[in-house]
Amino acid sequence: MISRRDFLQVSMAASALYGVSGYGNWARLAAQQSLTQDQLLEFETYGNISLIHVTDIHAQLKPVFFREPEVNLGIGDARGQMPHVTGAAFRKAYGIEDGSPSAYALTYNDFTSLARTYGRVGGLDRVSTVINAIRADRPDALLLDGGDTWHGSYTCYHTAGQDMVNVMNALKPDAMTFHWEFTLGSGRVNEIVEGLPFAALGQNIFDAEWDEPAELFKPYKFFDRGGAKVAVIGQAFPYMPIANPSWMFPEYSFGIRDENMQAMVDEVRDVGADAVVVLSHNGFDVDKKMAGRVQGIDVILSGHTHDALPEPVLVNKTHIIASGSNGKFVSRVDLDVRDGRMMGLKHKLIPIFSDVIAPDPAITALIDEQRAPYEAALNEVIGKTDTLLYRRGNFNGTWDDLICDALLSEREADIAMSPGVRWGPSILPGQDITREDLWNVTSMTYPNAYRTEMTGEFIHVILEDVGDNLFNPDPYYQQGGDMVRVGGLGYRIDVTKPQGQRISNMTLLKTGEAIDPAKTYVVAGWASVNEGTEGPPVWDVVENHIRNQGTVTVGPNTSVEVIGA
Amino acid sequence: MELTRRETLGLGLGAAVLAVAPFRANAAAEDAIAAFTGGADMAEGGVALTAPEIAENGNTVPIEVSAPGATAILVVAAGNPEPGVATFNFGPLAAAQTASTRIRLAGTQDVIAVAKMADGSFAKASATVKVTIGGCGG
Repeated sequence: MISRRDFLQVSMAASALYGVSGYGNWARLAAQQSLTQDQLLEFETYGNISLIHVTDIHAQLKPVFFREPEVNLGIGDARGQMPHVTGAAFRKAYGIEDGSPSAYALTYNDFTSLARTYGRVGGLDRVSTVINAIRADRPDALLLDGGDTWHGSYTCYHTAGQDMVNVMNALKPDAMTFHWEFTLGSGRVNEIVEGLPFAALGQNIFDAEWDEPAELFKPYKFFDRGGAKVAVIGQAFPYMPIANPSWMFPEYSFGIRDENMQAMVDEVRDVGADAVVVLSHNGFDVDKKMAGRVQGIDVILSGHTHDALPEPVLVNKTHIIASGSNGKFVSRVDLDVRDGRMMGLKHKLIPIFSDVIAPDPAITALIDEQRAPYEAALNEVIGKTDTLLYRRGNFNGTWDDLICDALLSEREADIAMSPGVRWGPSILPGQDITREDLWNVTSMTYPNAYRTEMTGEFIHVILEDVGDNLFNPDPYYQQGGDMVRVGGLGYRIDVTKPQGQRISNMTLLKTGEAIDPAKTYVVAGWASVNEGTEGPPVWDVVENHIRNQGTVTVGPNTSVEVIGA
Repeated sequence: MELTRRETLGLGLGAAVLAVAPFRANAAAEDAIAAFTGGADMAEGGVALTAPEIAENGNTVPIEVSAPGATAILVVAAGNPEPGVATFNFGPLAAAQTASTRIRLAGTQDVIAVAKMADGSFAKASATVKVTIGGCGG
């Protein structure tokens, strides 16, 4: 039973462009009825241009559960600002009732019971239905994919992204930008991009040797829509060679390059762009800063940080739209563009409730075709969980705790480290864990689970370094992921301090002793960005651990003490 | 399985260049600037320094300096043991007072550009470039 009381519609009149808020009451506007597909899609077509935004799908072809973060701290100017608001405060900010469909879609509380009520989310066959409905209203709507599409599942790994390429191509995107795609290796990325039937964009994708724009990726593309010229500028993830293994794509250089972004905006305006849309994989805080520095962007379709916001965030005259991850949401953004400028914008974050939105049978068949060769492996049950398994959040999720437990026991280590990636769907208590589920949280092209020795001092350096990449008050100096997850180690972090002073009270949990800077500890981890890292793939390590347990239980994790939040 | 410490460094540091605290301008950097300016005041603005916020590779960081009307631009990496990077001199026939190069940074630090203008005045710009272990890619 899904009550109709809230669906996520935001309408902004032209005046809202200048900061007059015309939204926020949508939860109260809806009557209490059973939720239907028509209600989820309800949208009074506005203006003359429609944008459809999907991002960070992470190869999730089928519906999943995805718990939004409980801890998502904003630092400096971002403190307490969207998207760094979670749970009850988030619901209050948008007038979302506890226990409602939107509460389930957008916040973490009561996740297990709400998931049982409202069911799975996403599925590209459902996403297709939504896209088709928008195109029925506006046949020339632009479908824009923010990237992290060709990464994140068993089938995506085994087909080197081909399963996602085949299904996304059937949805007919108009443009795309990139992040994890490059971890397929530049040879494979180049091969796919050369055959893409739509624009591959990134004003910040450069040739590493010459520090010049890369030929294969164009900075922008013009679209004639509704009697206006819309320029879509791509912005790939700026810190790929740092956050991911640069040896996999040595020919490419990235960076924020906001001076080049300004040059591109000026260039498209000079040649007649009536509206400028940036398809971005910057992450939300970087997009906010960029919107304050680069003049002339109307809309930023934001990706990377997996935030889902039911209303745009306005910075000067730039509207920033956050459309979630894992196929859980589709954003529709209608623009009124006249006389060479954007006069108004109307936005709706559409949650893809998989039991409410009918699948598009053509896409269901195409998805099944991609999965068919792997069905037996995907569906093999490797264990069961008593605990809700999730990842998303600044610090350890239960999936990470389980992975760290596996690294500690299977690799006989003192301390485990697991990367603070934001992808990975959730598993409900009582659910079987299949191989597909495990790969959804571990699949990558550099999965080797290393085992090495590190001094206490060096472990401290790592935590400080990763901490600064998340909690530096300047978003341009935040490099990408959430905090590295640790097992066997406790620590205190003061997020308000500068690098070198955030981490204290490091404790080896198995003995309760303080970490000795001079002493050497055995550390097991995975996802090292170094070439030649040795060790079994992490999914084998975790599968062995789950099989040994039969049913896994993950206790509460109190090993990280956060100060200054 | 054997891994050398240099190869793993947990999340993947390329070389042992990491510093816990950012480097700051040291005396040698200040001396290099003073030698260039003769101790004159430096205006903010008039010189543009383009550098990445986070270095993709601390061993080769692309930077560009530009100062219309300058006769020379000094570039200093304030946190390097040897802070002097380069001095670009522009003759009267130079079409543009712009230069780009790649520099090596020993850790997170400020890169400083000082331009000497035709009238003998000086202008300064600086940018913090972060050098990080990396990994954990979101």
